[in-house]
Amino acid sequence: MNRSTYIVAAVVVLLFALSWVLHTLAMSGEADGVTRAFMVTMAAFLTLAIYSFLYKDNAFYKLAEHLYVGVSAAYWMCQGFWSTIVGNLIPRLSEGASNFFQQPYQASSWNVAYWIPVILGIMLLMRLTKNYGWMSRWPLALIVGTTAGLNFVRYLRSDFIVQVSSTFVPLLGDKELHPWLGFGAFVSNLDLSATGQLAALATNWVVFLGVICGIVYFFFSKEHTGVFGRASRVGIWILMITFGASFGYTVMGRISLLVGRITFLFRDWLGLIS
Amino acid sequence: MPNLGVIISLLIIFGGLAWLLFRSLTGREVKRRVIFVFIFVAVAAPILFPITFEEHATPVVRDLFDRIETLPRGSRVLISFDYDPAMAPEVQPMANAISFHCLTRGHKVVCMCLWATGQTLLSNTINDVILPEFPNIIDGVDYVNIGYKAGNEGVLNVIVSDFKKMFPTDVNGVPLDSVPIFDEINSCADFDLIVALGGGRPGPKEWVLFVGDPADVPVGVGVAAVVAPQLYPYYPRQIIGILGGIKGAAEYESELAHRHEQFADMDKPGLNMMGPQTLAHITIMAFIVIGNIAFFTGRRRKDR
Repeated sequence: MNRSTYIVAAVVVLLFALSWVLHTLAMSGEADGVTRAFMVTMAAFLTLAIYSFLYKDNAFYKLAEHLYVGVSAAYWMCQGFWSTIVGNLIPRLSEGASNFFQQPYQASSWNVAYWIPVILGIMLLMRLTKNYGWMSRWPLALIVGTTAGLNFVRYLRSDFIVQVSSTFVPLLGDKELHPWLGFGAFVSNLDLSATGQLAALATNWVVFLGVICGIVYFFFSKEHTGVFGRASRVGIWILMITFGASFGYTVMGRISLLVGRITFLFRDWLGLIS
Repeated sequence: MPNLGVIISLLIIFGGLAWLLFRSLTGREVKRRVIFVFIFVAVAAPILFPITFEEHATPVVRDLFDRIETLPRGSRVLISFDYDPAMAPEVQPMANAISFHCLTRGHKVVCMCLWATGQTLLSNTINDVILPEFPNIIDGVDYVNIGYKAGNEGVLNVIVSDFKKMFPTDVNGVPLDSVPIFDEINSCADFDLIVALGGGRPGPKEWVLFVGDPADVPVGVGVAAVVAPQLYPYYPRQIIGILGGIKGAAEYESELAHRHEQFADMDKPGLNMMGPQTLAHITIMAFIVIGNIAFFTGRRRKDR
């Protein structure tokens, strides 16, 4: 570390202390004002530390990043322990332990079965040892197998069967909402709103043609020439528009995060807005 | 002087963009830090000097709104808070608006989360919206917070058939058998509507796959913008309505404010965010145009 790094670090520490003192004075009438002032200052400085990466990689960014990862892991572990191990497992294993953790004991003749996940959990932790690390493969295999089995059934139903059937859309109007009464009736009752018949028909045709052309684009057993080639070309356009929509939504999401942090800095830290 | 602030901000942004265009046309490089400064100004200016836009609910948002609006009083609605602070700026406004809407309509609300981080954000909704706006509401009778359980899809796989097996107590340790809301609820199939809020895994998609489709329960979703396009294929057959990103939240808030006067006076973070969103998007689009102009003029110059 060179001299300028020490100077920057000293300035940051001074600013942090100043911010903490000013916020403590501002919250002097409130209960736990000192703690809250520290929290607001800490959150603001961590936010700025993360954004400092936009200038260049630095020690403050690394500190904030490591702190974030560590705190997140610890938070998830604590929540998992108190909500699931204490909340669900202990009340089914032991009445004494349930009383200790102030949880209502759940008596059942099947409670002995809950020792199985306890044993599997301990086996999973064997990963941390050198000689018994192999034992962790058994519960891991069970987790992977169970997840794969469950997902296979659910995805097959919702992402395949229902999605395929949802692609069979009425191309001449929905029987209930927009029954097709002929071209004359369609033109004379033309409704340009988002819920009108024209929009419904256009949506259904886009779904129908988009699916067909998208599949054609990924069909490589035939050369993409002639009508097949043109359909493939439409397919790539459909894909590009889809990626564009995803990118647009992603930009909106990222801007929302920036708005959230700037709002926090301006409102909670600097008090510029109410 | 908010209007003067808006005018000055717009002058700075568009004057700067014109300067960038000039630099690009003359073949000079624009450093990436300049881009970051522009985005910061485009987002910060409308926060300091608010610019508001009127929003109208699109059919995909209105479908969820109308479902909550038309459910009979006393219907049971499950709201799942499956997100973290990183998604909160987008999803929390949805959570607040939907919770408010359900309780205004007299529905019984059960709140839970599949993300550990959702627990705190769920508490925020209860403390910031539910308790201040509905002072006479009774915990356990009108709403209940059953908290977080680890297990991701495993949790859903259990509660789809037996709710109390996975959630024996509420978040305060009160057995669900003695919570009045759960008198007639044994599984997810007993809910009239499930609203899944989130954007990661497990999240809205898992609610459709593991609960909505198998139990035939209507599922509405409010999601972070990043995942919204992935959920549109499920609409309207498997998902009754989608709030996609902050735009979806703003549309929902707008519809709620029009239909329920009580909400009109409340804070509407979704609508407030649309000003910075719009200005930032205009700036980004301007960057794309300037970048393309610079690219083509540069190529032409090289050809000569």
